[in-house]
Amino acid sequence: MIIENILAAFVELSTIKTVILMLVGVAGGLIAGAIPGFTIAMAVVLTLPFTFGMPAPQGLATMVSVLVGGLSGGLMAGILTGIPGTPSSVATTFDGFPMARKGEPGLALGIGVWSSFSGGIISAILLVTLAPQLARIGLEFNPWDYFMLVMFALTITASLAGKNMVKGLIAGALGLLVRTVGEDEAVGMARFNFGSDTLLQGFDFIAVLIGLFAFSQLLKDVRDPEAARKSLTDRGSFHVRIEHRRAIREVLKRWTIVVRSSLIGVFTGILPGAGGSIANILAYDQAKKASKHPEKFGTGIADGIIAPESSNNAVEGGALIMMMALGIPGDVTTAVMLGALLIHDVIPSPTFIAEEPLIAYSIFIAFFVATFMMIGMQSFMLRVFVLVTKVRMYVLAGVILGFCGIGVFAINNVEFDVWTLVWFGILGFLMRHFGFPLAPMILGVVLGNIAELNLARAMAITTDISPFFTRPWSLFFFTIAMFSAVFPLFQSHRGKKKWTLFYLPAACFAVSLPLYMMGGVTRPILATIVLAYGAYTLWRRAQGGWQLESSEGHELTEG
Amino acid sequence: MERLNRDAVIAIVLLVFCGVFFWASFDIRQPDYGVLMPSTWPRVVLGVLSFLSVIYLVQSLRRGADEEEPEDTAREPGIRGWILYWRNPLWCFGLFFAYLATLPVLGMLIGGVSFVFVLLNVLGGWDRKNLVLHAAVALLAVGGMWSLFTFGLGVLLPPGMILGRF
Repeated sequence: MIIENILAAFVELSTIKTVILMLVGVAGGLIAGAIPGFTIAMAVVLTLPFTFGMPAPQGLATMVSVLVGGLSGGLMAGILTGIPGTPSSVATTFDGFPMARKGEPGLALGIGVWSSFSGGIISAILLVTLAPQLARIGLEFNPWDYFMLVMFALTITASLAGKNMVKGLIAGALGLLVRTVGEDEAVGMARFNFGSDTLLQGFDFIAVLIGLFAFSQLLKDVRDPEAARKSLTDRGSFHVRIEHRRAIREVLKRWTIVVRSSLIGVFTGILPGAGGSIANILAYDQAKKASKHPEKFGTGIADGIIAPESSNNAVEGGALIMMMALGIPGDVTTAVMLGALLIHDVIPSPTFIAEEPLIAYSIFIAFFVATFMMIGMQSFMLRVFVLVTKVRMYVLAGVILGFCGIGVFAINNVEFDVWTLVWFGILGFLMRHFGFPLAPMILGVVLGNIAELNLARAMAITTDISPFFTRPWSLFFFTIAMFSAVFPLFQSHRGKKKWTLFYLPAACFAVSLPLYMMGGVTRPILATIVLAYGAYTLWRRAQGGWQLESSEGHELTEG
Repeated sequence: MERLNRDAVIAIVLLVFCGVFFWASFDIRQPDYGVLMPSTWPRVVLGVLSFLSVIYLVQSLRRGADEEEPEDTAREPGIRGWILYWRNPLWCFGLFFAYLATLPVLGMLIGGVSFVFVLLNVLGGWDRKNLVLHAAVALLAVGGMWSLFTFGLGVLLPPGMILGRF
């Protein structure tokens, strides 16, 4: 069955038009990812209007290609200029830029490219194998569980705002509120339309996403008149040839770093809200801790490029696993992908892979194929990147603002959507300026309807609210939502306050309870392992005389 | 008043916003059927938002007055300084509003080209060399995009009163 689906998806994507679109998508992604200030999410958001007229598999394959290209594009700017093209490539600059400055930019780029490729392939394999399994688990979810899953997704995304967690939660709640404007889906009553017929339709969520994310980012990019008139080439010229053979040897020699970092990437991607901006730093930190020569990190060594680049490419595989299996976007980029699916009348849920195998497997295959296309196009796109770097930032921003207007109008052929774009652009700009993270708001907008519909379904079954806290999966999500809410406090007090010593054991004990309640064989065994780990950690801390641990490393917050 | 910092003001604005929306939630019609009333979920969200805004307000009041941020030292004091500092985003907003307001007359092609052309000049400077370059960029970029959507994807973009006559 799986082979049949894979073959059908291959046939679907093998048309010349689709291949060309994917090549253009990868190329566009590589360039967009390489330009500092233009995020991958922005590139994917801006691709969306082009895909309306395409069949779903073709449109999604194009978007996946932009995504894969964007993930690898960030390393070009990071290594050659020291300015990461995207937040996912921040850690790449720690060693990539020093290596380039030591006279080996070609090797640094090669290592980055092949690490990205390896991370992408590992996560593509995990995507194909894990997503259907996770979807099977998702079939066990009832409305209470789904509602709690959404709440967990919002809480953990907000908790990634670190010290600004309250702002993150406010942003998430604002996102949920934005989604309530217009007719409600359950009974069709008008809400918050203030007498306006136009507002009855609510805000188109793609227009909201483009406004919040792309429009506001562009305004931020041109804020400084001097910087807006500069181009990347003002920082030096880049005439480089990628050293593929040497790079492959270096990457193969360090295959353990590749595998470990890719797994970190996939796991981070599965967590809602945690994207490449976190995974690349986490993988870099882990590689440094595991290294025999941690002092060499930051001086231009291969390990320091391999870890972040393998992980940031693997992230999207993880995020896609979550989106395709449970309908919960792993990050902003997959939130846009989810929007693309909704435009094609496909509602991601645990039954999505079983009911829409062609679309689901087209996404799998596109992810796989685009990773190969990326490796083939990287050398060529490096030359284009050099050309693009000559363009002034304000020219790019101005042209893309113009495109935003046309692209958003094309969604529904409604002028109101363009007004939505500009109002949410202003809101996004203000939120960025005042330190509110945008990811929780975007997730709130995307998941608002799912949360309300599941709440309505749960209430239709029984008005008793206890199942939200007594059903195993609900309790599981509630527990990890609570612990993720306390996580920023734990992070800031770690090594300073005694209570932080009990955080991990308490989390293990609490999580094991719903796992035991789920029954069967595997989950109680898993619960016992988690419980034992919690007990072991507690015992070790008691043995150590409840000594506070020092915490080192980079702060993990949303980029 | 001395304790009032930027975050406290935002928290108060948020609380006022919640109040307005809570009041507006009483205008939502309640049908005789269904268990979850259409106003319940928005009120739950507003309740949570209000609660978080109160926490935010308390946190910001505890912190006291604003410390001077790097951007504050980088700009001139007063309204003139503020406008100068934010002039580029303000131009972008203003021109985009003008673009939208004139859309029924100019349409998306003429309006889009004009918007991008003026914006590029405002952001990049009005010298003669730039004028030609910006005109070419605006024409090629918006014209290309408009053609792609109109002829390639079959999207009917607003022609406006001027092009609509032809």
